[in-house]
Amino acid sequence: MSQIYPVIIEILQIAILLIAAPVFIGWIRMLKCWSQGRTSAGILQPYRDIAKLFTKDVVLAENASWIFRFTPYLVFGVTVLVGAIVPILSVDLPLSATADVIVLIGLFAIARFFTALAGMDIGTAFGGMGSSREMMIASLAEPAMLMAIFTVSLVSRSTSLSQIVHVITSKGFILRPSIAFAVLAFIFIAIAETGRIPVDNPATHLELTMIHEAMILEYSGRHLALMEWAGMMKVFLFASIGIAVFFPWGIAPKDNLIYLPAAILFLAIKLCLAGTGLVLIETGLAKMRIFRIPEFLGSAFLFATLGMLSYFILE
Amino acid sequence: MSQFELVLFSIIILLSGLVIIPLFARYQKLLIYISFSLTALSSVLAAAGGALAVANNFNQSVTIPIGLPDLPVHLRLDPLSGFFLTVIGLLSFFVSIYSIGYIKAFVGKRSVTHLVIFYCLFLIGMFSVVLSDDAFSFLISWEVMAASSYFLVMFEDERTENRRAAFLYLVVAHIGAIAILLSFGIMAGAATDFKGFSGYTFDAMRQTEFSVGWATAAFLLAFFGFAAKAGVIPFHVWLPEAHPVAPSNVSALMSGVMLKTAIYGIIRVTFDLIGDFPWWWGAVVLMFGLITALMGILYAIMQQDIKRLLAYSSVENIGVILIGIGLAMIFASFEMPLLSALALTAALYHTLNHAMFKGLLFMGAGAVLHATNERNMEKMGGLIHKMPWTAVLFLIGCVSISALPPFNGFASEWLTFQAFLLSPSLPSPLLNLLIPLGATLVALTVALAAACFVKAFGITFLGHWRGGHNPSPPFDSPLAKGGYRGVKGGKGGLEVDWFMRSAMILTAVSCLVLGVVPTLIINWIDILPEQLIGSRIAASAGEFGWLWLTPIAHERASYSAPIVLIIVLAVVLLAYILLHIRKAAVHRAPLWDCGFEKITNRMQYNAASFSMPIRRIFGFLFSIREDVRAVYPTGNPLFPKRLHYHLKVRDRFWGLLYKPVADASIWISRKVGKLQQGRIQMYLIYSFITIIVLLLFLR
Amino acid sequence: MGLGTNKKTSPQPQVPRHNIFMNFAAQINSILAALILLTAFGLLVQRRIYGLLHLFAWQGLFLSISTGIVGYVSNVNHLYISSVLTLVLKVIVLPYILHVLIIRMQIHKEVETVVNIPTTMLIGIALVIFSYHLTAPIIEISTLVTKSTLAVALATVMLGLLMMITRRNAVTQIIGFLSMENGLFLAATSATYGMPLVVELGVALDILIAAFIFGIFFFQIRTAFDSLDVNSMAKLKEED
Repeated sequence: MSQIYPVIIEILQIAILLIAAPVFIGWIRMLKCWSQGRTSAGILQPYRDIAKLFTKDVVLAENASWIFRFTPYLVFGVTVLVGAIVPILSVDLPLSATADVIVLIGLFAIARFFTALAGMDIGTAFGGMGSSREMMIASLAEPAMLMAIFTVSLVSRSTSLSQIVHVITSKGFILRPSIAFAVLAFIFIAIAETGRIPVDNPATHLELTMIHEAMILEYSGRHLALMEWAGMMKVFLFASIGIAVFFPWGIAPKDNLIYLPAAILFLAIKLCLAGTGLVLIETGLAKMRIFRIPEFLGSAFLFATLGMLSYFILE
Repeated sequence: MSQFELVLFSIIILLSGLVIIPLFARYQKLLIYISFSLTALSSVLAAAGGALAVANNFNQSVTIPIGLPDLPVHLRLDPLSGFFLTVIGLLSFFVSIYSIGYIKAFVGKRSVTHLVIFYCLFLIGMFSVVLSDDAFSFLISWEVMAASSYFLVMFEDERTENRRAAFLYLVVAHIGAIAILLSFGIMAGAATDFKGFSGYTFDAMRQTEFSVGWATAAFLLAFFGFAAKAGVIPFHVWLPEAHPVAPSNVSALMSGVMLKTAIYGIIRVTFDLIGDFPWWWGAVVLMFGLITALMGILYAIMQQDIKRLLAYSSVENIGVILIGIGLAMIFASFEMPLLSALALTAALYHTLNHAMFKGLLFMGAGAVLHATNERNMEKMGGLIHKMPWTAVLFLIGCVSISALPPFNGFASEWLTFQAFLLSPSLPSPLLNLLIPLGATLVALTVALAAACFVKAFGITFLGHWRGGHNPSPPFDSPLAKGGYRGVKGGKGGLEVDWFMRSAMILTAVSCLVLGVVPTLIINWIDILPEQLIGSRIAASAGEFGWLWLTPIAHERASYSAPIVLIIVLAVVLLAYILLHIRKAAVHRAPLWDCGFEKITNRMQYNAASFSMPIRRIFGFLFSIREDVRAVYPTGNPLFPKRLHYHLKVRDRFWGLLYKPVADASIWISRKVGKLQQGRIQMYLIYSFITIIVLLLFLR
Repeated sequence: MGLGTNKKTSPQPQVPRHNIFMNFAAQINSILAALILLTAFGLLVQRRIYGLLHLFAWQGLFLSISTGIVGYVSNVNHLYISSVLTLVLKVIVLPYILHVLIIRMQIHKEVETVVNIPTTMLIGIALVIFSYHLTAPIIEISTLVTKSTLAVALATVMLGLLMMITRRNAVTQIIGFLSMENGLFLAATSATYGMPLVVELGVALDILIAAFIFGIFFFQIRTAFDSLDVNSMAKLKEED
């Protein structure tokens, strides 16, 4: 019987990912509306958007090749796979050994690689611009990301997420400057990777400031729905990765289904807080000029490096 | 037939090919079929022999009494040379098939006889370099390899750039060869205490305990000699000149495997011949590797010529391989054989992977060149519609080299990262702090590589055709007749023939296979770290069966490429099927033009604009000249009629390092040139003075 | 595997306190050291002059808390006095003086840097590694709980100096100087549980006086050159 638990948890987790990601985004948008004194469209609006897009016809650019049509499916598939690996509810996932954090970065890189290609496929100036900028930001985020992983792996002796959760929850709470720095770095990187303010503005179609939107400008119908859904899941997953690595208390341990309801509750609370934090950052800051982003990611790198250094120097 | 006989037989086939080929010089087409079938056959034999030698831990040497008296040729097939034979043989097999289709285009334009002959010699050189078991035959094979590739680069010798590139290549190759010669000289001398020359065999060097000073001198000389051949920055300038101008099949071999002979040399000399080294040697290799990787990929991103881009990217990958070797040396010198084995495995695995995907990419670039007669990406675009096969195959190469799972580039770079992540266990505090910084440089490199190949694929194959065609020999491009729109056959109208396609398909499949089953590959090459370092990792790496790769321990990190592949495919299929149950129409519509209504193909992002953000951020590493000139119509000084934009990105090292040397040598030759008088009496006086001086010394 | 794991589990204070508190205090102290290092880097990369002032005040605050904790851990009572002194002087008085100076001289634009910011950051990281390398032998033989902050202290000194080198404005120079002094102070508390009280009082007075002298100096520079850019002092060089 206990053989079956992990499979159940795995399926449950993917279901939660698919269902909760739009709610999470809805929550962020709602808070943002409130913080700016607007009336919100409700927490479920992302569902309605996606549902509407799924029923619409697809309009393709004349020049679009198979890459353009294949990309949404691939991006969606890769994101779901990541969701199956990150310990969102429990560490007892049969697929968790498929990938450690570095492979997860690689999986996100696949999605980004093909999105950038899709942006160039249609042959507009916007698509190319978005791809070029996205690849630039991704390149600069990567060193900081690796350094943050390095710092975490110094403490946990592992890069596998389930193992990190296991080690940190079993060791009890220790104040570690290295982890504090790594959290800071991770927040910066997550903002850059998921294209939130101040790096990119997910709500804008203002031509010259677009990055992610510029690449998917020509998408429509079910393709756009898949891209949007995958984008929401990506934000959700980055929040979950952050939670798993830095605040894992509450994630259910092995061989125990009883903890699951509690784990879901903890997840909901933590995600609410993460969303609130994101909204505070987004309303508090203005979007940066594109060539200030290297400095932004440079400070992420600095934090991560200080984390690594303080592990050796101070701990 | 034993492994060794297989390998020797393959060399004999090539040698006999040298005799047969000239007989068919009059029937060029037949010549191409025969000769490339021969090279394909011999490559397969060599690869099989090498692979078996690795698998069976074969180690045997023969002495062939040819050459100078008292200096017989020693050949040895051991797992290390077997591994490199496999790498070389496998790629040259694919490339030989490809060459049949590619070289046929030259028939009727120019004689390909000497190309074929030098191709055979080139293969002989590479095979025998890794088989040599003494300094003498090693250097001879090395020279055969260098000289034959020089002639291959010179193949289209009517262009000045080709002659210049080939000359530069020859010069750097020989400076490197001198360093290697000196290194072997030191080792051979130290082996016999500088009495006699029996120390020239590798066996003698292996058995000698070198003193620290001699070992360091030998290592540094060998490292810089091999680095010059491998294109390690700052000795790389010949590489982006020579690789692009060679015929594409030759570029594939040069970039894919010839550079690897230098890696072989470094491993052979440090781990095998010298054997015992201090940690700072590893640090030197690591540092050069890091600089090479990062600078290589930054230069690659700046390129507009697709083959130059690929050549610079080879520089980067050599850097990544050296990083693995450097880490392995550092770990080994601190007596951590397991971690050292991990790093060395990563380096060797990347060597194999790079041979495959770089070969594939050069073949793909060759196919594009074949179809459009164009190397400049700024003039391409939209080729995915006209060359669907090449596009998919080139894309696979791009995905592999960008280190995206589940393809092969990712597997080896992941192992490299794992080696980095284990560096905190080193007992040296300073290294503990510095090595993570190196790891971040690798991360930057990998991410930039993805950007670079988004550019390479996106600009070449996606978007719209950027116009321009250049209907000049040697290729009868369909573009030459009616331009891009006039290409007959609609979809796939520019596609290359089946020889080229099947070669690329084979290479692409091997990229995928090498990426999906890393545990099997590690199992296969496990004997190399065992012999060189004394530890193996296959037991821990394959602890949970072939499906899971767990380099050191499963709780440390794990990766399963097959599952990644299967699940992503499954979800993609599922989503596709679910979304196609209900029929939704797909319309085609013109692009959104922002109401501008005059959108043209020239408004697309191009290669220069794609790399602009990175050029701006890392601009201080290049020498960049940007000129913008506006042309105003007469009578209206406010609105420029057109803008001229010139961009020149140049390698800083050329001006910093090479130009002074070149200028100095020209200056010296001018001075020496004054000796030339043209009068016979003067020359007699020179000889006379020389003799007198020598006699004085010998007194 | 790592170096750090067993270091902090066996602290040997001169006058022992209860062990759990000790451990916790040591953790807090290393967090504070990390924050001081962070503010030192912040000073290095901050563009706005008010931002610099705030960061400097924060650094003083962290230093003061850290001194207090070290005082508690080591049972050295005069460290409490130093702590309060630091609080008053470096968190309130000096920032206030500088604030007044900035308003009086109407400088609130972005700070000009000589070297660009990412490069400065990388040099800073190199300096931290270097100071760790330098202090590693001392840390090995030291038995104090706070010994690990010594490297941070040295790094703060070096970063302050680096800041003085890479900035041009005279106000940023004095902030760099004061941050250097913070580093020295941290070094004193972490290496030897503080200097004698008399010395510390003297140093505090010195700094206060230094701040006033700097203030006068600024006015002089500005009346002479119409700018606070220290590069204009190059004009003072005699022409050959």
